[in-house]
Amino acid sequence: MTDPNRSGAVPHLVVIGAGPAGLAASVAAAACGVRVTLVDSAGEAGGQFYRRPAPGLRARRPQALHHQWRTWERLKDGLDRYVRAGCVRHLTEHHVWCVERRGEPDRGFTVHALLGPEQEGAAEVRADAVLLATGGYEKVLPFPGWTLPGVVSAGGAQAMLKGALVVSGRTAVVAGTGPLLLPVATGLAAAGVEIAALVESADPKAFVRQSRALAAQPGKVAEGAGYAARLLRHRARLLARHTIVEAHGTERLEAVTVAALDASGRVRPGSERRVPCDTLAVGHGMLPHTDLADTLGCRLDGPAVHVDDEQRTDVPGVWAAGETTGIGGSALSLAEGHIAGCSAAARLRGTEPDPGAWAAAARVRARLRAFSAALDSVYAPPVHWTEQVTDDTVVCRCEEVTGGAIREAVAELGAGDPRTVKLLTRAGMGWCQGRMCGPAVAGLAGCELAPSRRPFARPVPLGILARAGEMDHQ
Amino acid sequence: MRTPLELADAQPGPAFTVTLDDREIEVLPGRTVAAALWAAGVTSWRSTRGQGRPRGVFCGIGICFDCLVTVNDRPNQRACLVPLRPGDAIRTQEGTGHDD
Repeated sequence: MTDPNRSGAVPHLVVIGAGPAGLAASVAAAACGVRVTLVDSAGEAGGQFYRRPAPGLRARRPQALHHQWRTWERLKDGLDRYVRAGCVRHLTEHHVWCVERRGEPDRGFTVHALLGPEQEGAAEVRADAVLLATGGYEKVLPFPGWTLPGVVSAGGAQAMLKGALVVSGRTAVVAGTGPLLLPVATGLAAAGVEIAALVESADPKAFVRQSRALAAQPGKVAEGAGYAARLLRHRARLLARHTIVEAHGTERLEAVTVAALDASGRVRPGSERRVPCDTLAVGHGMLPHTDLADTLGCRLDGPAVHVDDEQRTDVPGVWAAGETTGIGGSALSLAEGHIAGCSAAARLRGTEPDPGAWAAAARVRARLRAFSAALDSVYAPPVHWTEQVTDDTVVCRCEEVTGGAIREAVAELGAGDPRTVKLLTRAGMGWCQGRMCGPAVAGLAGCELAPSRRPFARPVPLGILARAGEMDHQ
Repeated sequence: MRTPLELADAQPGPAFTVTLDDREIEVLPGRTVAAALWAAGVTSWRSTRGQGRPRGVFCGIGICFDCLVTVNDRPNQRACLVPLRPGDAIRTQEGTGHDD
Protein backbone atom coordinates (compact mmCIF):
# COMPACT_ATOMS: atom_id res chain seq x y z
CA MET A 1 0.00 0.00 0.00
CA THR A 2 1.35 3.40 -0.90
CA ASP A 3 1.94 5.82 1.90
CA PRO A 4 1.81 9.33 0.51
CA ASN A 5 3.20 10.70 3.74
CA ARG A 6 6.48 8.98 3.07
CA SER A 7 6.72 9.54 -0.64
CA GLY A 8 7.59 13.22 -0.57
CA ALA A 9 6.69 16.62 0.69
CA VAL A 10 3.65 17.22 -1.53
CA PRO A 11 0.60 16.94 0.70
CA HIS A 12 -2.08 14.43 -0.24
CA LEU A 13 -5.83 15.06 -0.32
CA VAL A 14 -8.27 12.19 -0.71
CA VAL A 15 -11.60 13.21 -2.24
CA ILE A 16 -14.41 10.69 -1.71
CA GLY A 17 -17.06 10.77 -4.43
CA ALA A 18 -16.65 11.64 -8.11
CA GLY A 19 -19.91 13.49 -8.68
CA PRO A 20 -20.08 17.23 -9.38
CA ALA A 21 -18.76 18.26 -5.93
CA GLY A 22 -15.90 15.75 -5.84
CA LEU A 23 -14.84 16.50 -9.41
CA ALA A 24 -14.86 20.27 -8.87
CA ALA A 25 -12.92 19.79 -5.62
CA SER A 26 -10.33 17.48 -7.19
CA VAL A 27 -9.67 19.81 -10.11
CA ALA A 28 -9.45 22.87 -7.83
CA ALA A 29 -7.10 21.20 -5.35
CA ALA A 30 -4.86 19.79 -8.09
CA ALA A 31 -4.68 23.24 -9.67
CA CYS A 32 -3.40 24.56 -6.32
CA GLY A 33 -0.58 22.03 -6.29
CA VAL A 34 -1.57 19.25 -3.91
CA ARG A 35 -1.70 15.60 -4.84
CA VAL A 36 -5.25 14.30 -5.09
CA THR A 37 -6.65 10.80 -4.96
CA LEU A 38 -10.27 10.70 -6.11
CA VAL A 39 -11.99 7.61 -4.72
CA ASP A 40 -15.36 6.60 -6.15
CA SER A 41 -17.64 3.56 -6.15
CA ALA A 42 -18.61 3.80 -9.82
CA GLY A 43 -16.65 2.60 -12.82
CA GLU A 44 -16.71 6.09 -14.34
CA ALA A 45 -16.60 9.60 -12.93
CA GLY A 46 -19.79 11.66 -12.88
CA GLY A 47 -21.77 10.53 -9.86
CA GLN A 48 -25.53 10.15 -10.11
CA PHE A 49 -26.09 13.47 -11.87
CA TYR A 50 -23.63 12.81 -14.70
CA ARG A 51 -24.25 9.08 -14.89
CA ARG A 52 -23.68 8.09 -18.52
CA PRO A 53 -24.40 4.97 -20.56
CA ALA A 54 -21.97 2.12 -19.90
CA PRO A 55 -19.09 2.36 -22.40
CA GLY A 56 -20.03 -1.03 -23.90
CA LEU A 57 -23.31 0.45 -25.15
CA ARG A 58 -21.37 2.93 -27.32
CA ALA A 59 -23.86 5.76 -27.04
CA ARG A 60 -23.08 8.47 -29.60
CA ARG A 61 -25.54 10.90 -28.11
CA PRO A 62 -25.28 10.52 -24.31
CA GLN A 63 -26.17 14.19 -23.94
CA ALA A 64 -29.75 13.35 -25.03
CA LEU A 65 -30.35 12.24 -21.44
CA HIS A 66 -28.71 15.23 -19.78
CA HIS A 67 -28.71 18.94 -19.45
CA GLN A 68 -25.62 21.01 -18.55
CA TRP A 69 -23.61 18.71 -20.81
CA ARG A 70 -21.02 21.44 -21.50
CA THR A 71 -20.36 21.67 -17.77
CA TRP A 72 -19.74 17.94 -17.69
CA GLU A 73 -17.31 18.13 -20.62
CA ARG A 74 -15.36 20.88 -18.86
CA LEU A 75 -15.19 18.87 -15.64
CA LYS A 76 -14.18 15.69 -17.44
CA ASP A 77 -11.50 17.53 -19.46
CA GLY A 78 -10.11 19.03 -16.26
CA LEU A 79 -10.00 15.66 -14.53
CA ASP A 80 -8.37 13.95 -17.53
CA ARG A 81 -5.73 16.68 -17.76
CA TYR A 82 -4.69 16.34 -14.12
CA VAL A 83 -4.82 12.53 -14.25
CA ARG A 84 -2.51 12.56 -17.31
CA ALA A 85 -0.16 14.98 -15.54
CA GLY A 86 0.00 12.63 -12.56
CA CYS A 87 -1.53 15.18 -10.16
CA VAL A 88 -4.79 13.27 -9.66
CA ARG A 89 -5.18 9.54 -9.20
CA HIS A 90 -8.73 8.33 -9.89
CA LEU A 91 -9.62 5.08 -8.11
CA THR A 92 -12.83 3.65 -9.60
CA GLU A 93 -15.01 0.90 -8.10
CA HIS A 94 -13.72 1.67 -4.61
CA HIS A 95 -16.65 1.56 -2.18
CA VAL A 96 -15.47 3.48 0.89
CA TRP A 97 -16.87 2.00 4.08
CA CYS A 98 -14.93 3.97 6.70
CA VAL A 99 -12.52 6.88 7.09
CA GLU A 100 -10.37 6.53 10.16
CA ARG A 101 -8.35 9.17 11.98
CA ARG A 102 -4.81 7.96 12.51
CA GLY A 103 -4.41 9.37 16.01
CA GLU A 104 -3.77 12.89 17.27
CA PRO A 105 -2.40 15.21 16.20
CA ASP A 106 -2.06 15.48 12.46
CA ARG A 107 -1.21 11.93 11.64
CA GLY A 108 -3.75 12.01 8.86
CA PHE A 109 -6.39 9.52 7.84
CA THR A 110 -6.83 6.02 6.47
CA VAL A 111 -9.60 5.56 3.91
CA HIS A 112 -10.93 1.98 3.84
CA ALA A 113 -12.63 0.72 0.68
CA LEU A 114 -14.12 -2.45 -0.75
CA LEU A 115 -13.33 -3.27 -4.37
CA GLY A 116 -15.84 -3.74 -7.17
CA PRO A 117 -19.54 -4.50 -7.00
CA GLU A 118 -18.81 -7.93 -5.52
CA GLN A 119 -16.80 -6.17 -2.77
CA GLU A 120 -14.51 -9.10 -2.07
CA GLY A 121 -11.19 -7.30 -2.05
CA ALA A 122 -10.12 -4.38 0.10
CA ALA A 123 -7.95 -1.29 -0.25
CA GLU A 124 -6.59 1.34 2.12
CA VAL A 125 -5.46 4.82 1.14
CA ARG A 126 -3.61 7.17 3.47
CA ALA A 127 -4.40 10.87 3.38
CA ASP A 128 -3.23 14.10 4.97
CA ALA A 129 -6.76 15.44 4.60
CA VAL A 130 -10.06 14.14 3.30
CA LEU A 131 -12.85 15.84 1.40
CA LEU A 132 -16.24 14.17 1.67
CA ALA A 133 -18.33 14.52 -1.49
CA THR A 134 -20.52 11.50 -0.88
CA GLY A 135 -23.71 12.93 -2.36
CA GLY A 136 -27.22 11.94 -1.40
CA TYR A 137 -29.88 9.34 -1.94
CA GLU A 138 -33.58 9.40 -2.46
CA LYS A 139 -36.23 9.42 0.19
CA VAL A 140 -39.34 7.37 -0.61
CA LEU A 141 -42.26 7.27 1.82
CA PRO A 142 -44.27 4.05 1.96
CA PHE A 143 -47.81 3.38 0.78
CA PRO A 144 -49.69 0.11 0.19
CA GLY A 145 -48.13 -1.80 -2.69
CA TRP A 146 -44.85 0.13 -2.83
CA THR A 147 -42.82 -3.09 -2.69
CA LEU A 148 -44.34 -4.46 -5.92
CA PRO A 149 -41.89 -5.00 -8.77
CA GLY A 150 -42.40 -2.12 -11.20
CA VAL A 151 -42.45 0.42 -8.36
CA VAL A 152 -39.02 2.08 -8.41
CA SER A 153 -37.57 5.21 -6.92
CA ALA A 154 -37.69 8.17 -9.30
CA GLY A 155 -33.91 8.44 -9.17
CA GLY A 156 -33.62 4.70 -9.73
CA ALA A 157 -35.70 4.88 -12.91
CA GLN A 158 -33.45 7.72 -14.06
CA ALA A 159 -30.24 5.89 -13.12
CA MET A 160 -31.28 2.79 -15.08
CA LEU A 161 -32.19 4.96 -18.06
CA LYS A 162 -29.02 7.09 -17.99
CA GLY A 163 -26.63 4.24 -17.20
CA ALA A 164 -28.06 1.25 -19.04
CA LEU A 165 -30.49 2.82 -21.55
CA VAL A 166 -33.29 0.65 -20.28
CA VAL A 167 -36.78 1.16 -18.82
CA SER A 168 -39.00 -1.22 -16.89
CA GLY A 169 -42.18 -0.87 -18.88
CA ARG A 170 -44.28 1.04 -21.39
CA THR A 171 -46.59 3.14 -19.24
CA ALA A 172 -45.35 5.01 -16.21
CA VAL A 173 -46.73 7.18 -13.47
CA VAL A 174 -44.16 9.53 -11.91
CA ALA A 175 -45.16 10.58 -8.42
CA GLY A 176 -44.18 12.04 -5.07
CA THR A 177 -42.70 15.48 -4.65
CA GLY A 178 -39.60 17.43 -5.55
CA PRO A 179 -37.64 18.95 -8.42
CA LEU A 180 -36.43 15.51 -9.57
CA LEU A 181 -39.86 14.37 -10.78
CA LEU A 182 -40.04 16.62 -13.85
CA PRO A 183 -36.67 15.61 -15.37
CA VAL A 184 -37.39 11.94 -14.59
CA ALA A 185 -40.77 12.11 -16.35
CA THR A 186 -39.31 14.05 -19.27
CA GLY A 187 -36.45 11.56 -19.66
CA LEU A 188 -38.77 8.56 -19.62
CA ALA A 189 -41.09 10.24 -22.14
CA ALA A 190 -38.18 11.00 -24.47
CA ALA A 191 -37.17 7.33 -24.23
CA GLY A 192 -40.57 6.22 -25.49
CA VAL A 193 -42.40 5.57 -22.22
CA GLU A 194 -45.97 6.83 -22.05
CA ILE A 195 -46.34 9.03 -18.96
CA ALA A 196 -49.86 8.32 -17.73
CA ALA A 197 -49.59 10.99 -15.04
CA LEU A 198 -47.15 13.16 -13.13
CA VAL A 199 -48.47 13.26 -9.58
CA GLU A 200 -46.99 16.00 -7.38
CA SER A 201 -48.20 16.60 -3.84
CA ALA A 202 -46.94 20.20 -3.69
CA ASP A 203 -49.47 23.00 -3.88
CA PRO A 204 -48.92 25.33 -6.85
CA LYS A 205 -49.94 28.21 -4.57
CA ALA A 206 -46.83 27.55 -2.50
CA PHE A 207 -44.70 28.44 -5.52
CA VAL A 208 -46.43 31.80 -5.69
CA ARG A 209 -45.63 32.47 -2.02
CA GLN A 210 -41.97 31.74 -2.75
CA SER A 211 -41.97 33.63 -6.03
CA ARG A 212 -39.35 36.17 -4.94
CA ALA A 213 -36.78 33.57 -3.93
CA LEU A 214 -37.52 31.48 -6.99
CA ALA A 215 -37.39 34.43 -9.39
CA ALA A 216 -33.87 35.14 -8.13
CA GLN A 217 -32.83 32.07 -10.12
CA PRO A 218 -34.56 32.65 -13.47
CA GLY A 219 -32.40 30.01 -15.16
CA LYS A 220 -33.58 27.32 -12.78
CA VAL A 221 -37.23 28.33 -13.12
CA ALA A 222 -36.92 28.30 -16.90
CA GLU A 223 -35.38 24.83 -16.68
CA GLY A 224 -38.43 23.59 -14.74
CA ALA A 225 -40.82 25.29 -17.14
CA GLY A 226 -38.99 23.71 -20.06
CA TYR A 227 -39.43 20.24 -18.59
CA ALA A 228 -43.13 20.89 -17.99
CA ALA A 229 -43.63 22.11 -21.56
CA ARG A 230 -41.89 19.04 -22.99
CA LEU A 231 -44.03 16.77 -20.84
CA LEU A 232 -47.21 18.45 -22.02
CA ARG A 233 -46.09 17.87 -25.59
CA HIS A 234 -45.98 14.18 -24.70
CA ARG A 235 -49.61 14.57 -23.52
CA ALA A 236 -48.74 13.69 -19.94
CA ARG A 237 -51.30 14.58 -17.30
CA LEU A 238 -49.91 16.87 -14.60
CA LEU A 239 -51.74 16.35 -11.30
CA ALA A 240 -50.60 18.88 -8.71
CA ARG A 241 -51.80 18.58 -5.12
CA HIS A 242 -52.37 14.85 -5.67
CA THR A 243 -50.84 11.76 -4.13
CA ILE A 244 -50.55 8.01 -4.68
CA VAL A 245 -52.90 6.12 -2.37
CA GLU A 246 -52.03 2.58 -3.40
CA ALA A 247 -50.13 0.52 -5.96
CA HIS A 248 -52.03 -2.50 -7.27
CA GLY A 249 -50.89 -5.85 -8.62
CA THR A 250 -50.04 -9.37 -7.51
CA GLU A 251 -46.71 -10.35 -9.03
CA ARG A 252 -45.98 -6.90 -10.44
CA LEU A 253 -47.45 -3.43 -10.72
CA GLU A 254 -50.66 -3.15 -12.76
CA ALA A 255 -52.17 0.17 -11.68
CA VAL A 256 -52.07 2.90 -9.06
CA THR A 257 -54.81 4.76 -7.24
CA VAL A 258 -54.30 8.50 -7.31
CA ALA A 259 -56.24 10.98 -5.18
CA ALA A 260 -56.51 14.72 -4.67
CA LEU A 261 -55.32 16.35 -1.45
CA ASP A 262 -57.47 18.81 0.46
CA ALA A 263 -56.28 22.05 2.03
CA SER A 264 -55.13 20.26 5.17
CA GLY A 265 -53.03 17.74 3.22
CA ARG A 266 -55.45 14.84 3.58
CA VAL A 267 -56.76 12.65 0.78
CA ARG A 268 -60.07 14.11 -0.38
CA PRO A 269 -62.67 11.32 -0.07
CA GLY A 270 -64.23 10.35 -3.37
CA SER A 271 -61.39 11.82 -5.44
CA GLU A 272 -59.63 8.50 -5.90
CA ARG A 273 -59.11 7.24 -9.42
CA ARG A 274 -57.30 4.25 -10.82
CA VAL A 275 -54.55 4.75 -13.40
CA PRO A 276 -53.27 1.63 -15.22
CA CYS A 277 -49.47 1.55 -15.48
CA ASP A 278 -46.58 -0.94 -15.37
CA THR A 279 -44.05 1.46 -13.85
CA LEU A 280 -44.33 3.83 -10.91
CA ALA A 281 -41.31 6.08 -10.39
CA VAL A 282 -41.76 7.64 -6.96
CA GLY A 283 -39.68 9.90 -4.74
CA HIS A 284 -40.14 12.42 -1.94
CA GLY A 285 -36.89 14.36 -2.04
CA MET A 286 -33.28 13.58 -1.21
CA LEU A 287 -31.24 12.89 1.91
CA PRO A 288 -27.51 13.49 2.38
CA HIS A 289 -25.08 10.59 2.79
CA THR A 290 -23.46 11.40 6.13
CA ASP A 291 -22.14 8.07 7.41
CA LEU A 292 -18.45 8.74 6.77
CA ALA A 293 -18.67 12.18 8.35
CA ASP A 294 -20.59 10.86 11.32
CA THR A 295 -18.04 8.13 12.03
CA LEU A 296 -15.27 10.75 11.87
CA GLY A 297 -17.13 12.71 14.54
CA CYS A 298 -18.15 15.62 12.31
CA ARG A 299 -20.98 17.76 13.60
CA LEU A 300 -24.23 17.34 11.71
CA ASP A 301 -26.93 20.00 11.30
CA GLY A 302 -30.15 18.02 11.09
CA PRO A 303 -29.60 15.48 8.31
CA ALA A 304 -26.57 17.25 6.75
CA VAL A 305 -22.87 17.70 7.54
CA HIS A 306 -22.13 21.08 9.12
CA VAL A 307 -19.50 23.16 7.27
CA ASP A 308 -18.07 26.66 7.61
CA ASP A 309 -17.55 29.23 4.85
CA GLU A 310 -14.54 27.28 3.58
CA GLN A 311 -16.54 24.02 3.53
CA ARG A 312 -14.56 22.73 6.52
CA THR A 313 -16.30 20.36 8.92
CA ASP A 314 -15.57 20.83 12.61
CA VAL A 315 -13.03 17.97 12.49
CA PRO A 316 -9.58 19.28 11.52
CA GLY A 317 -8.46 17.94 8.16
CA VAL A 318 -11.97 17.04 6.99
CA TRP A 319 -13.80 19.07 4.33
CA ALA A 320 -17.26 18.36 2.89
CA ALA A 321 -19.07 19.60 -0.21
CA GLY A 322 -22.17 18.92 -2.26
CA GLU A 323 -25.34 17.12 -1.24
CA THR A 324 -23.73 15.67 1.90
CA THR A 325 -23.78 19.20 3.35
CA GLY A 326 -27.43 19.73 2.36
CA ILE A 327 -29.46 18.94 -0.75
CA GLY A 328 -29.19 21.70 -3.34
CA GLY A 329 -28.46 20.25 -6.77
CA SER A 330 -25.49 19.94 -9.07
CA ALA A 331 -24.71 23.63 -9.60
CA LEU A 332 -24.48 24.21 -5.85
CA SER A 333 -22.34 21.08 -5.53
CA LEU A 334 -19.93 22.43 -8.14
CA ALA A 335 -19.55 25.74 -6.28
CA GLU A 336 -19.08 24.05 -2.92
CA GLY A 337 -16.63 21.54 -4.35
CA HIS A 338 -14.54 24.30 -5.89
CA ILE A 339 -14.39 26.23 -2.61
CA ALA A 340 -13.60 23.10 -0.60
CA GLY A 341 -10.82 22.08 -3.00
CA CYS A 342 -9.21 25.55 -2.91
CA SER A 343 -9.42 25.75 0.88
CA ALA A 344 -8.09 22.23 1.50
CA ALA A 345 -5.18 22.73 -0.90
CA ALA A 346 -4.16 26.06 0.66
CA ARG A 347 -4.32 24.74 4.21
CA LEU A 348 -2.51 21.52 3.32
CA ARG A 349 0.29 23.66 1.94
CA GLY A 350 0.39 25.60 5.19
CA THR A 351 -1.03 28.84 3.85
CA GLU A 352 -4.09 30.84 4.84
CA PRO A 353 -6.61 30.57 1.97
CA ASP A 354 -7.78 33.76 0.29
CA PRO A 355 -11.58 33.74 0.04
CA GLY A 356 -11.23 36.34 -2.73
CA ALA A 357 -9.94 33.51 -4.91
CA TRP A 358 -13.35 31.83 -4.82
CA ALA A 359 -15.59 34.90 -4.56
CA ALA A 360 -17.59 34.00 -7.66
CA ALA A 361 -18.25 30.48 -6.39
CA ALA A 362 -19.23 31.88 -2.99
CA ARG A 363 -21.83 34.14 -4.62
CA VAL A 364 -23.26 31.20 -6.57
CA ARG A 365 -23.32 29.17 -3.37
CA ALA A 366 -25.23 31.85 -1.44
CA ARG A 367 -27.78 32.25 -4.24
CA LEU A 368 -28.36 28.54 -4.73
CA ARG A 369 -28.65 27.81 -1.02
CA ALA A 370 -31.40 30.42 -0.79
CA PHE A 371 -33.04 28.93 -3.88
CA SER A 372 -32.99 25.39 -2.53
CA ALA A 373 -34.36 26.57 0.83
CA ALA A 374 -37.27 28.10 -1.10
CA LEU A 375 -37.78 24.87 -3.05
CA ASP A 376 -37.71 22.91 0.20
CA SER A 377 -40.60 24.93 1.57
CA VAL A 378 -42.61 24.32 -1.59
CA TYR A 379 -41.99 20.65 -2.26
CA ALA A 380 -43.35 18.64 0.61
CA PRO A 381 -44.95 15.24 1.01
CA PRO A 382 -48.62 15.35 2.06
CA VAL A 383 -48.74 16.53 5.68
CA HIS A 384 -50.74 13.48 6.72
CA TRP A 385 -48.84 10.91 4.64
CA THR A 386 -48.71 8.48 7.58
CA GLU A 387 -52.49 8.05 7.24
CA GLN A 388 -51.85 6.29 3.90
CA VAL A 389 -49.62 3.72 5.61
CA THR A 390 -52.14 0.99 6.46
CA ASP A 391 -51.35 -1.52 9.19
CA ASP A 392 -50.48 -4.18 6.63
CA THR A 393 -48.23 -1.91 4.53
CA VAL A 394 -44.63 -3.11 4.60
CA VAL A 395 -42.56 -0.18 5.88
CA CYS A 396 -39.11 -1.75 6.35
CA ARG A 397 -38.55 -3.42 2.99
CA CYS A 398 -35.56 -5.51 4.14
CA GLU A 399 -37.05 -7.01 7.30
CA GLU A 400 -40.68 -6.86 6.08
CA VAL A 401 -41.90 -4.93 9.13
CA THR A 402 -45.41 -3.54 8.70
CA GLY A 403 -46.91 -0.22 9.66
CA GLY A 404 -49.06 -2.08 12.19
CA ALA A 405 -46.02 -3.57 13.93
CA ILE A 406 -44.37 -0.16 14.16
CA ARG A 407 -47.55 1.47 15.49
CA GLU A 408 -47.84 -1.28 18.08
CA ALA A 409 -44.24 -0.68 19.19
CA VAL A 410 -45.00 3.03 19.54
CA ALA A 411 -48.50 2.96 21.04
CA GLU A 412 -48.43 -0.17 23.15
CA LEU A 413 -44.78 -0.80 23.92
CA GLY A 414 -43.83 2.83 24.42
CA ALA A 415 -41.16 3.20 21.72
CA GLY A 416 -40.62 6.93 21.33
CA ASP A 417 -37.79 6.98 18.80
CA PRO A 418 -36.63 5.01 15.72
CA ARG A 419 -33.89 3.24 17.65
CA THR A 420 -36.34 1.72 20.12
CA VAL A 421 -38.71 0.85 17.27
CA LYS A 422 -35.79 -0.92 15.61
CA LEU A 423 -34.95 -2.92 18.72
CA LEU A 424 -38.57 -3.97 19.16
CA THR A 425 -39.52 -4.67 15.53
CA ARG A 426 -36.27 -5.04 13.50
CA ALA A 427 -37.35 -2.10 11.30
CA GLY A 428 -34.11 -0.65 9.91
CA MET A 429 -31.99 -3.64 10.87
CA GLY A 430 -31.64 -5.17 7.40
CA TRP A 431 -29.28 -4.87 4.45
CA CYS A 432 -29.91 -1.19 3.74
CA GLN A 433 -29.38 -0.29 7.40
CA GLY A 434 -32.56 1.75 7.56
CA ARG A 435 -31.73 4.07 4.68
CA MET A 436 -34.99 3.23 2.92
CA CYS A 437 -37.38 3.06 5.88
CA GLY A 438 -35.70 5.60 8.21
CA PRO A 439 -37.89 8.59 7.30
CA ALA A 440 -41.06 6.46 7.47
CA VAL A 441 -40.21 4.89 10.83
CA ALA A 442 -39.42 8.33 12.26
CA GLY A 443 -42.72 9.67 10.91
CA LEU A 444 -44.74 6.79 12.33
CA ALA A 445 -42.96 7.17 15.68
CA GLY A 446 -43.84 10.85 15.62
CA CYS A 447 -40.29 12.19 15.63
CA GLU A 448 -37.95 14.10 13.36
CA LEU A 449 -35.64 12.06 11.17
CA ALA A 450 -32.21 12.00 12.80
CA PRO A 451 -29.28 10.45 10.96
CA SER A 452 -28.85 6.97 12.38
CA ARG A 453 -25.37 6.21 13.62
CA ARG A 454 -23.80 3.65 11.35
CA PRO A 455 -20.17 2.88 12.15
CA PHE A 456 -19.67 1.67 8.58
CA ALA A 457 -21.07 3.26 5.47
CA ARG A 458 -21.86 -0.10 3.84
CA PRO A 459 -21.96 -3.79 4.77
CA VAL A 460 -18.41 -5.10 5.22
CA PRO A 461 -17.41 -8.78 4.97
CA LEU A 462 -16.13 -9.97 8.36
CA GLY A 463 -12.80 -11.15 6.92
CA ILE A 464 -12.06 -7.68 5.57
CA LEU A 465 -13.09 -6.05 8.83
CA ALA A 466 -10.76 -8.37 10.75
CA ARG A 467 -7.82 -7.48 8.50
CA ALA A 468 -8.49 -3.72 8.40
CA GLY A 469 -5.57 -1.77 9.77
CA GLU A 470 -3.14 -4.68 9.59
CA MET A 471 -1.18 -2.76 6.99
CA ASP A 472 -0.49 -0.16 9.66
CA HIS A 473 1.29 -2.64 11.81
CA GLN A 474 3.49 -4.17 9.16
CA MET B 1 -42.02 4.35 -30.75
CA ARG B 2 -38.61 5.57 -29.72
CA THR B 3 -36.44 3.39 -27.48
CA PRO B 4 -33.81 4.50 -24.94
CA LEU B 5 -31.09 3.02 -27.17
CA GLU B 6 -32.30 5.11 -30.12
CA LEU B 7 -32.56 8.22 -27.97
CA ALA B 8 -28.86 8.03 -27.08
CA ASP B 9 -27.92 6.69 -30.54
CA ALA B 10 -26.32 3.62 -28.99
CA GLN B 11 -24.35 1.37 -31.34
CA PRO B 12 -23.44 -1.50 -29.04
CA GLY B 13 -21.35 -4.46 -30.12
CA PRO B 14 -23.00 -7.86 -30.63
CA ALA B 15 -25.17 -9.21 -27.81
CA PHE B 16 -23.97 -12.19 -25.80
CA THR B 17 -25.84 -14.92 -23.97
CA VAL B 18 -26.31 -15.51 -20.25
CA THR B 19 -28.78 -17.72 -18.44
CA LEU B 20 -31.58 -16.81 -16.05
CA ASP B 21 -32.35 -20.06 -14.25
CA ASP B 22 -32.90 -22.40 -17.22
CA ARG B 23 -33.61 -19.90 -19.97
CA GLU B 24 -31.18 -18.02 -22.17
CA ILE B 25 -31.15 -14.25 -22.33
CA GLU B 26 -29.44 -11.97 -24.85
CA VAL B 27 -27.46 -9.15 -23.22
CA LEU B 28 -25.95 -6.01 -24.73
CA PRO B 29 -22.35 -5.32 -23.72
CA GLY B 30 -22.03 -3.02 -20.70
CA ARG B 31 -25.33 -3.91 -19.09
CA THR B 32 -25.75 -4.91 -15.46
CA VAL B 33 -27.81 -7.90 -14.33
CA ALA B 34 -30.76 -5.62 -13.56
CA ALA B 35 -30.57 -3.84 -16.91
CA ALA B 36 -30.36 -7.12 -18.81
CA LEU B 37 -33.36 -8.53 -16.96
CA TRP B 38 -35.44 -5.38 -17.52
CA ALA B 39 -34.53 -5.49 -21.21
CA ALA B 40 -35.75 -9.11 -21.27
CA GLY B 41 -39.05 -8.06 -19.69
CA VAL B 42 -38.22 -9.51 -16.25
CA THR B 43 -38.94 -7.18 -13.31
CA SER B 44 -38.61 -9.51 -10.31
CA TRP B 45 -35.96 -12.10 -9.47
CA ARG B 46 -36.07 -12.51 -5.73
CA SER B 47 -38.63 -13.61 -3.18
CA THR B 48 -38.41 -12.26 0.33
CA ARG B 49 -37.43 -14.26 3.40
CA GLY B 50 -40.60 -13.62 5.38
CA GLN B 51 -43.59 -13.42 3.06
CA GLY B 52 -42.03 -14.84 -0.11
CA ARG B 53 -43.01 -11.69 -1.99
CA PRO B 54 -41.43 -10.81 -5.35
CA ARG B 55 -38.84 -8.03 -5.53
CA GLY B 56 -36.66 -6.41 -8.19
CA VAL B 57 -35.02 -3.03 -8.71
CA PHE B 58 -36.03 -0.28 -6.32
CA CYS B 59 -33.30 2.35 -5.81
CA GLY B 60 -31.22 1.39 -8.86
CA ILE B 61 -27.98 2.69 -7.33
CA GLY B 62 -26.89 0.05 -4.83
CA ILE B 63 -28.39 1.53 -1.65
CA CYS B 64 -31.55 -0.48 -0.97
CA PHE B 65 -30.37 -4.11 -1.53
CA ASP B 66 -33.83 -5.03 -2.84
CA CYS B 67 -32.52 -6.36 -6.18
CA LEU B 68 -30.39 -9.14 -4.65
CA VAL B 69 -29.74 -12.06 -6.97
CA THR B 70 -27.47 -15.08 -7.32
CA VAL B 71 -24.79 -14.72 -10.00
CA ASN B 72 -22.46 -17.63 -10.78
CA ASP B 73 -23.47 -19.32 -7.52
CA ARG B 74 -22.73 -16.24 -5.40
CA PRO B 75 -25.94 -15.19 -3.63
CA ASN B 76 -26.96 -11.68 -2.56
CA GLN B 77 -25.33 -9.74 -5.39
CA ARG B 78 -26.85 -6.35 -6.15
CA ALA B 79 -28.26 -6.78 -9.66
CA CYS B 80 -28.16 -3.02 -10.27
CA LEU B 81 -24.37 -2.92 -9.78
CA VAL B 82 -22.99 -6.18 -11.16
CA PRO B 83 -22.08 -6.10 -14.86
CA LEU B 84 -22.66 -9.25 -16.93
CA ARG B 85 -20.11 -11.25 -18.90
CA PRO B 86 -20.79 -13.88 -21.58
CA GLY B 87 -21.89 -17.18 -20.07
CA ASP B 88 -22.81 -15.80 -16.64
CA ALA B 89 -25.43 -17.83 -14.79
CA ILE B 90 -28.09 -15.74 -13.05
CA ARG B 91 -30.40 -17.54 -10.64
CA THR B 92 -33.51 -16.12 -9.06
CA GLN B 93 -33.06 -16.06 -5.33
CA GLU B 94 -35.38 -17.26 -2.58
CA GLY B 95 -35.18 -16.10 1.01
CA THR B 96 -31.66 -15.55 2.27
CA GLY B 97 -30.11 -16.96 -0.90
CA HIS B 98 -28.44 -19.67 1.14
CA ASP B 99 -29.74 -23.22 1.35
CA ASP B 100 -31.55 -23.04 4.64
